[in-house]
Amino acid sequence: MNIVVAIKHIPSIADDLPVSGNNVDFDSVDFVLNEFDEQSIEQAVLVKEAVGGTVTVVGVDLIEELDNILHLAIAKGADKAVKVTADEPGADSHMQAKWLSEAIKGLSPDIVFAGVQASNDLDGQIGPMIAAHLDMPYIGGVSSVEVADGTATVNKEFAGGVGAKYSVSLPMVVGVQAAAKPPRYAPISKVRQVAQTATIDTVEPSGDASSGLTFKKMAPPVATGHAEMIDGSPKEVAAKIVELLKSKGLA
Amino acid sequence: MAPKFEKAKAIEKENIVVDGVDISGHWNRMFEQRVITEYTPELIEKIADIPNAESFANCYQCAKCVAVCPVDVVGNYGPRKLYRYAQTGMDLTEAPELWLCTTCANCLRVCPKEVNMVKIMPAAREQAILDGKFVPNELQQAFENTAKSGNPLGQPQRKRDAWIKDAGVEIPVMKDLGRKVDVLWYVGSYPSYHPRGIDAASAAARIFTALGIDFAILGKEEKDDADSQRLAGEKGLFEMMTEYNIETFNKYEWDELVVTGPHELNAFKNVYPKYGFERPVVHYTTFLARHLDKLKPMLKHPVNKKITYHDPCYLGRHNGEYDAPRQLLEAIPGVELVEMGRNRENGYCCGGGGGGMWMDSFTAKHTNMRLSEKRAMEAASTGANVLAVACPFEVSRFSDAVKSTGNEHVDVLDILELLDRSMRGE
Repeated sequence: MNIVVAIKHIPSIADDLPVSGNNVDFDSVDFVLNEFDEQSIEQAVLVKEAVGGTVTVVGVDLIEELDNILHLAIAKGADKAVKVTADEPGADSHMQAKWLSEAIKGLSPDIVFAGVQASNDLDGQIGPMIAAHLDMPYIGGVSSVEVADGTATVNKEFAGGVGAKYSVSLPMVVGVQAAAKPPRYAPISKVRQVAQTATIDTVEPSGDASSGLTFKKMAPPVATGHAEMIDGSPKEVAAKIVELLKSKGLA
Repeated sequence: MAPKFEKAKAIEKENIVVDGVDISGHWNRMFEQRVITEYTPELIEKIADIPNAESFANCYQCAKCVAVCPVDVVGNYGPRKLYRYAQTGMDLTEAPELWLCTTCANCLRVCPKEVNMVKIMPAAREQAILDGKFVPNELQQAFENTAKSGNPLGQPQRKRDAWIKDAGVEIPVMKDLGRKVDVLWYVGSYPSYHPRGIDAASAAARIFTALGIDFAILGKEEKDDADSQRLAGEKGLFEMMTEYNIETFNKYEWDELVVTGPHELNAFKNVYPKYGFERPVVHYTTFLARHLDKLKPMLKHPVNKKITYHDPCYLGRHNGEYDAPRQLLEAIPGVELVEMGRNRENGYCCGGGGGGMWMDSFTAKHTNMRLSEKRAMEAASTGANVLAVACPFEVSRFSDAVKSTGNEHVDVLDILELLDRSMRGE
């Protein structure tokens, strides 16, 4: 079985996001693997462990630092890695979906995994757009996948704690919300060994599919309100809270 | 006159047969095989076969280790017990017990057979990690943070020296200085990022400056020593960080490396030589004690406190420094120094070593109290109102522990902060 994982390298939001001009200052921000893609890699490896096959991880190399991520994915159980060399840190999800689809086509996938969304574009569109480009069905918000006899049984999460089980014929694209198990740890010695021995296939970006959107302005949000800290013993604090609620007409 | 007391005598028969069974012999003779012979030594061998964990098999069950094991005080633990558990069916590489040892080395101090948990535990943990066995989530997070961000807290690398702007003195950074210095000060991750760690780092900067020390830091080029990650089983991560650190240290000219933390001291002094780095490294307490003649007249303001000092395992037992911290505290006017029952060579562990720093929730599930809480109670029982520490792991650990044990009246302060207070009069 050919299992493919489409991943996204995105600016880290562990720190304040630096803005330069009308976009993120990509030179002074760290890039990390999209959190949902960590889940998606784990789910792909779990499927491989259950039914056999190969896992190929595909990503767009935006800042020439994707190799580390691909090595990590191989250390966690992926078999092959492909990078689309774009060198375009601001590439949006439409462009990336097109480039990824072109790279995935040649791999004749039975199932394609993508993180359900990423914290940069936040549109949750990479998966659906890859499905459209590859002419495959898409199902998102998935929290577990089991494959048997050309059919995948997936759990999909809905709002309010509701879940549903779907049977989908392969090939298909899955938007992973969470893997069936927490992502495994890859020891650094293994990652470093992979870095020395693994080969990463390189493809040029092909196809044009920009979203048609342009950034007019980007700015950090301005803090408008502030929190009032109440000091004192628990009793004093409680009394002040009651007073405050009364004064606001809430009690 | 008959004696008041007579020694009890066991009733012994040289030859006795009961129900046709000959039970002759000494009164405590055993008539059946001991249960232990029903077990095989496989699970002991499994651990002893791991390179560096060989001494696990040396244990002859004397239990001296259990008496000094800090984890046994709050649970049911100790090298002898681990050996016994293995004998009776526990696979250490899959058991929660694998993660409870803090590598404090008190067992090794008393072990007549030199069963060395400081080597056994990292080796067995590494095996478990490489085999994809259970690794506590919090610990995984600290490993991943160290690999990704260069520090276990997961803070951005470019903010590593953000603290220096509020230290009140100018702190030179090697990269900008462009010349040799006497002292390269390795600040460490917690003093660089943790709010209480920053308090100690800022105090150190002010003290070094007042003493006229020619020092500089690495700033944004400094990364974690990863010694505790090594002891928690991530040797590959440690080696990756070591290669980077040695390269960075060697980029600049300096005479002596001064470290804020005992774990860094242990890494740079005892482990880095295996990777080709052999340079003078001292902990700040040793370094400042050497400057005590000059420092003492600067300690003008009395700190009227009853202080008890907690020996960090990696400063004391692992590196033999017990006196310098005490000399510094005694040099502060107004200080009354009192000792806890367990001190110096027998000092009690705070629970932060060997990766324990990042397994607090996990450890709490398998013990009846945090080690830091036990120690905070010991500190409070001396009547001290300050618990003085010399390890960046300890300020946060003990600050939480004095609160959770109802001992908020005990202030947890780094020796650096106490010296700084006496110097500045705050």
